[in-house]
Amino acid sequence: MSPLDTFLFTALPYVAIIVFLGGTIYRYRATRFKYSSLSSGFLEKRTLFWGSMPFHWGVMMLFLGHLIAFLFPRSVLAWNGEPVRLLVLEVAAFIFALSVLWGLAMLMIRRVGSARIRAVSSYMDVLILSLLMAQTVLGLLIAWNFRWGSSWFAASLTPYLRSIFAFQPDIAAVSAMPWLVKLHIVGAFLIVLAIPFSRLVHVLVVPLHYIWRPYQLVIWNWRKDRVRDPESGWTVTRPRNT
Amino acid sequence: MDIRAQISMMFHLDKCIGCHTCSVACKNIWTDRKGAEYMWWNNVETKPGTGYPTKWEDQDVYKGGWKTRGQDITLRGAGKLRGLLNIFHNPHLPVIDDYYEPFTYKYLDLIESPAQDDQPTARPVSMITGKPIDIKMGPNWDDDLSGTPDFARRDPNLANLTPAEQEAMFQLEKMAFFYLPRICNHCLNPACVASCPSGAIYKRGEDGVVLINQKVCRAWRMCVTACPYKKSYYNWSTGKSEKCILCYPRLEAGHAPACMHSCVGRIRYLGVMLYDADRIQEAASAPEDELVDRQLDMLLDPFDPEIIAAAKANGVSDSTIKSAQLSPVYRFVKEWGMALPLHPEFRTLPMLFYVPPLLPVMASVSEARAADQKSKMAPMAKKWEDDWLYNTSTEELWGTIDQVRFPIQYMANMFGAGDGARVTEVLKKLMAVRIHRRDVTVGDMKPAKVKATLADVNLTPEQADEIYTLSTLARFDQRFVIPPAHREQAIEMLDFTGDAKGSVGFGFREQPARGN
Ligand code: HEM
Ligand code: SF4
Ligand code: SF4
Repeated sequence: MSPLDTFLFTALPYVAIIVFLGGTIYRYRATRFKYSSLSSGFLEKRTLFWGSMPFHWGVMMLFLGHLIAFLFPRSVLAWNGEPVRLLVLEVAAFIFALSVLWGLAMLMIRRVGSARIRAVSSYMDVLILSLLMAQTVLGLLIAWNFRWGSSWFAASLTPYLRSIFAFQPDIAAVSAMPWLVKLHIVGAFLIVLAIPFSRLVHVLVVPLHYIWRPYQLVIWNWRKDRVRDPESGWTVTRPRNT
Repeated sequence: MDIRAQISMMFHLDKCIGCHTCSVACKNIWTDRKGAEYMWWNNVETKPGTGYPTKWEDQDVYKGGWKTRGQDITLRGAGKLRGLLNIFHNPHLPVIDDYYEPFTYKYLDLIESPAQDDQPTARPVSMITGKPIDIKMGPNWDDDLSGTPDFARRDPNLANLTPAEQEAMFQLEKMAFFYLPRICNHCLNPACVASCPSGAIYKRGEDGVVLINQKVCRAWRMCVTACPYKKSYYNWSTGKSEKCILCYPRLEAGHAPACMHSCVGRIRYLGVMLYDADRIQEAASAPEDELVDRQLDMLLDPFDPEIIAAAKANGVSDSTIKSAQLSPVYRFVKEWGMALPLHPEFRTLPMLFYVPPLLPVMASVSEARAADQKSKMAPMAKKWEDDWLYNTSTEELWGTIDQVRFPIQYMANMFGAGDGARVTEVLKKLMAVRIHRRDVTVGDMKPAKVKATLADVNLTPEQADEIYTLSTLARFDQRFVIPPAHREQAIEMLDFTGDAKGSVGFGFREQPARGN
């Protein structure tokens, strides 16, 4: 366990998580206007389809996969007990990662190649795409070289991640990992670190409440059943409409 | 009964001169900003024409509005399932080229040009990329039928006209057109509100204005697809959607909306309508031929004591009810039955009504012997040599309406969900008022004929006079009956508006800076 390991696997994660929490909350409260997916489909739609669709569907699946391995490592190990099922899982994950990589490549080509998209691009946009791309390539290399990731992730990395969240970081296992894996872990925390400063905040405001709400939305600044009621007192506190 | 008040609008198309003053007024106040250059919350288009954005009425292309599904209705191109599945990439999103790429000219090149043999030129540059572009289109490229083969001929409203009718419309000596000014309709069943996954778009309860909360909008850009009138616009720079706000800060201060205030032709009217919100669903899902009737049925009589009581119980203030009673829109739409919603078949229950134009329909060009004409004129009059006469005679009254040079079906496709009878009825009323007034002012009509004309459209001479007065002579405060804002209920009035200058619209103070 070198000092570098301690820095990368103990300090960095905590810095990333604290900055992530503080940053996103601050950004939401102070400059909510900046919470946006910043869609650029209005300026260019065709390449976006070949980029955004494979990227997002793939990344959703991969995120879900990592989350399941983090939350239910035992189930994953049990699932992998059967070689066929292990193979299905690994191949599916690999394909999703390829889809993400393809999508990212298209998004990157579009971002730097199209004059209109360049007009609405920040350095952060390019940085995020590069970071995600590096992360995906690392993931693919790991999956190819160190089989089978779904099993050893559940066995060694889940305990490490849990130790972080339990405030008792135990980095013995990760320190012994190959450097490819180490880079992948560092990449993950860098992405978390970048969320508050980039458009990635859109992931935090995914509009799932749309599913339950009625289609039409009418907002009274004042409660209509009370506004003409002489019994109700006048107040300067405005009901908020957000 | 759930009675609510809606500030609604009426545009009298016979009076529109197509000057675009309204568009410029709106642009100067609200959309003269980066990312919004291409937006015309108010625009004026020539009909027949493809409009702005190009062919917006063609929902096979844009997938806007609602469609029926069994007894119910569903959003055509958005909604819970379709919207969320398409959230990563909206296939039905119009792109900037459907509107036009905003441009300016390099004026500085004219000033800073060194002395040279050739005249310097100011090249057009894109306001998005800053690079020189060839201007291909503007928001009113087809004004006054220019570029007819590309624009007017491709008008979606021509779809179900016979080839003969279409040909007749475009014969040079028969050509006619009119202007269609458009703003957001502040619909009762707004597709934009229903499509927004974030719930950023809402209808204000007090006056029915449809607004987009800029803090909640996250650029899922579904409203742009869903609004069949394409009146929700995506700001490509801030990453937020924007739309006409009915100038609510002006309304709250008792001023007419900028586009209406500035209207040169005085075609615009604004007033409160009381309606029954419980009937929205039913009216919006009615069979196509009943849509207009059901929508008009929802609008209630503000003089009926029962309705007044129900409105009060629902929090509508006395002053708003009073405004509803004085509303010019109510008179045109309900009392006189002269104004119709635009494209009711989109099923959003739009609350902007139009009096369809009579002039392009009525006037026909007929052949007359020049010699005969000359004999009727004073010796000093300028005489023409050709044999064509712009015929506005009222001799064969309903004859002209049925043998119009502008097919009724075309108007019906815009204002009657295809029902020609309804449009004819309105046009006849317009004509009857003219005949009555000609009788009053010139007196060269046969009295029996005048009477028969009015009787045919169920108008009394008094009503005809009122229509005439409100159409032509109405003063500012008769055209705009704005309900007094209640300080305690208004959003803005508790704030000092000076604080909001230079920030994002109204309601909160934050620089409209794009996220990164
Ligand atoms: C359900 C969750 C998500 C939703 C609804 C969503 C939605 C969107 C939308 C609407 C856009 C704009 C696309 C356009 O230009 O029109 C976008 C862009 C983007 N999203 Fe997501 N997203 C989700 C999850 C994620 C995740 C998990 C990531 C990565 C970790 C991600 C990374 C990005 C990136 C990098 C872009 C910019 C693409 C570009 O370069 O144009 N998103 N997302
Ligand atoms: S016209 Fe369009 S933007 Fe306006 S309320 Fe109706 S659906 Fe919404
Ligand atoms: S009402 Fe106001 S915001 Fe709406 S189009 Fe007219 S000027 Fe523009």
